[in-house]
Amino acid sequence: MARYLLRRLAFLLVSLALASVVLFALLRMLPGDPANALTAVGASPEQIAAARQSIGSDKPLPEQFTHWLGQLTSGDLGTSFVSSLPVGPEVTSRLHVTVPLTLAAFVLAVLIAVPAGFVAAHKRHTWYGTLLSGVSQLGIAIPVFWLGMILIAVFALNAGWLPAGGFPPDGWSEPAEAIRALVLPVLTIALVMSASLIRYVRSATLDVLGSDHLRTARALGASFGQAMWRHGLRNASVPVISVLGIELASTLLGAVVVESVYALPGLGSLLATGIAQHDYPVVQGVLFVSTLAVLLIGFVADLAQRIIDPRLRGRLSGGAR
Amino acid sequence: MNRADVLGPVRPEKAPPSGRRSRRSATLVTGCVLAGLIALLALVSLFWLPYPADDTSGGRLAGPGDGHLLGTDKLGRDLFTQVMTGSRIAVEAGLGSVIVAAVLGVTLGVLAAFAQGWLDDTLAAFLDILIAFPTLLLAMLIVAARSATLGSAVLAIGLAQSAVVARLVRVLVKRVLAQDYITAARTSGTSWPRTVAGHVLPNIWPTLVVNLALQFGLAVLAEAGLSYLGLGAPPPNASWGRMLQEAQATFTTAPAGALAPGILLVLLVIGVNLIADGLRDTLDPATRGRRA
Repeated sequence: MARYLLRRLAFLLVSLALASVVLFALLRMLPGDPANALTAVGASPEQIAAARQSIGSDKPLPEQFTHWLGQLTSGDLGTSFVSSLPVGPEVTSRLHVTVPLTLAAFVLAVLIAVPAGFVAAHKRHTWYGTLLSGVSQLGIAIPVFWLGMILIAVFALNAGWLPAGGFPPDGWSEPAEAIRALVLPVLTIALVMSASLIRYVRSATLDVLGSDHLRTARALGASFGQAMWRHGLRNASVPVISVLGIELASTLLGAVVVESVYALPGLGSLLATGIAQHDYPVVQGVLFVSTLAVLLIGFVADLAQRIIDPRLRGRLSGGAR
Repeated sequence: MNRADVLGPVRPEKAPPSGRRSRRSATLVTGCVLAGLIALLALVSLFWLPYPADDTSGGRLAGPGDGHLLGTDKLGRDLFTQVMTGSRIAVEAGLGSVIVAAVLGVTLGVLAAFAQGWLDDTLAAFLDILIAFPTLLLAMLIVAARSATLGSAVLAIGLAQSAVVARLVRVLVKRVLAQDYITAARTSGTSWPRTVAGHVLPNIWPTLVVNLALQFGLAVLAEAGLSYLGLGAPPPNASWGRMLQEAQATFTTAPAGALAPGILLVLLVIGVNLIADGLRDTLDPATRGRRA
């Protein structure tokens, strides 16, 4: 296991290095000059050149890249071209919205999907088993922003129980307001996420329910609960964990739509404005932090799968395939 | 976006009791009816629309009825006309993205399946990272580089989905390549390209077609999301996502505009997903009885 950990860590670092090269190159391929965003319309060539010099975009690309890497290793994400503020603190302040939003939605989705998926599989011939499968079919077909709009119309505009959007300007120093602002966004993401998770849990449970080892355990006298607990859970959880990791990562990065519906100052909206303004340091910073998060989540998911399923040991990455 | 929906092929369950077959094809029929309705709407919109796209004679935010089946939007444009145009854009977005995803994904997946050892591990992990990278971010980058058009959106969605398709194809092809009949074909002197075309692709296509159908639904959802953010087809093209975004402010006063596009979107995606489920049962006898 220790050897695997080392190999997997090395792989993590190599991926991160590769990702940063790709990120940097991709952003420099975008047309449009960030210096234009800094200067007024009709600026003289001298003014534009001065702007370029001030943000360092006049230097050759390899030099810009090594400069960025040097900053990264000392934990500095650079300075925004547009606002001239450091990117690091800006990203951190946005994480205060995005991380609680994503994690709460993720936990809620798991709490909904695991029991519901199990029931949908175990009781698949009953009306409520079928109903659960049907609801999850509906859930995966609903656009997340539309669900958000409906929840706002029902719970904020009609009932007036919760705010329709926004986040308290003082953030978490007003905990009650902050939590109220996040209830509907969390619910929106959690419902959509659990709809697809239910299908995976159901599918994994069906595999286990039909497996020979569960039948053998039952034949040897174990009750259904005992057999499921000792032999079913472990087997069913391996493919589910693999999906969970990917879901969590893509929700973290994909919260931008929900953030837009609820006008939340999260990582997604920071990225959106950064792209629109060609603010490379901001875009780079956000994407670097998100990539790091995605890789870490993958690392943890791989590790968890390996602990659960000894058959996977010896392979570098990935689980149920 | 639930891209994880389609990450892995579902493993076969035991054969169902006989008589379940008819219920399976009911799934297929229901799916075809739902998706067919939207497709028909899209087809008709090519030749006929109730009102010209820029006609504002109906007055602002008129309710349903009185010459306007669904009423009008905040600029006085007929909502049903926009919904029809939107269905065309949705179908185009779905088809376009799936074509991009299929061509790129199958090519990449087949190539990746031949990799061995560390290269194999690296490719697998690379595809995982690409899959975790959300469609929306990729689309935002592409739209920033090009411009907000339906083409940019389709390209972005197709590129993002090709990673999912490639991952699936890689796994499927690896499984087929381990079969004895591949060894037999190779020892009898069949070249690799011929083996892939003659033995590998025919064996993976049922699973592939089902996955592509699911990708169609996801692409429609993704395009709506992009349009909602203002990154899809520009005005005056009425994409469902943009219609919903425009109607959000008047949800309680004029609900028709905020409900109709969403309902049609859900019907189309459910329809296509049902088709995928039905196809899986019809094309691949091993998975009959599984409706995930």
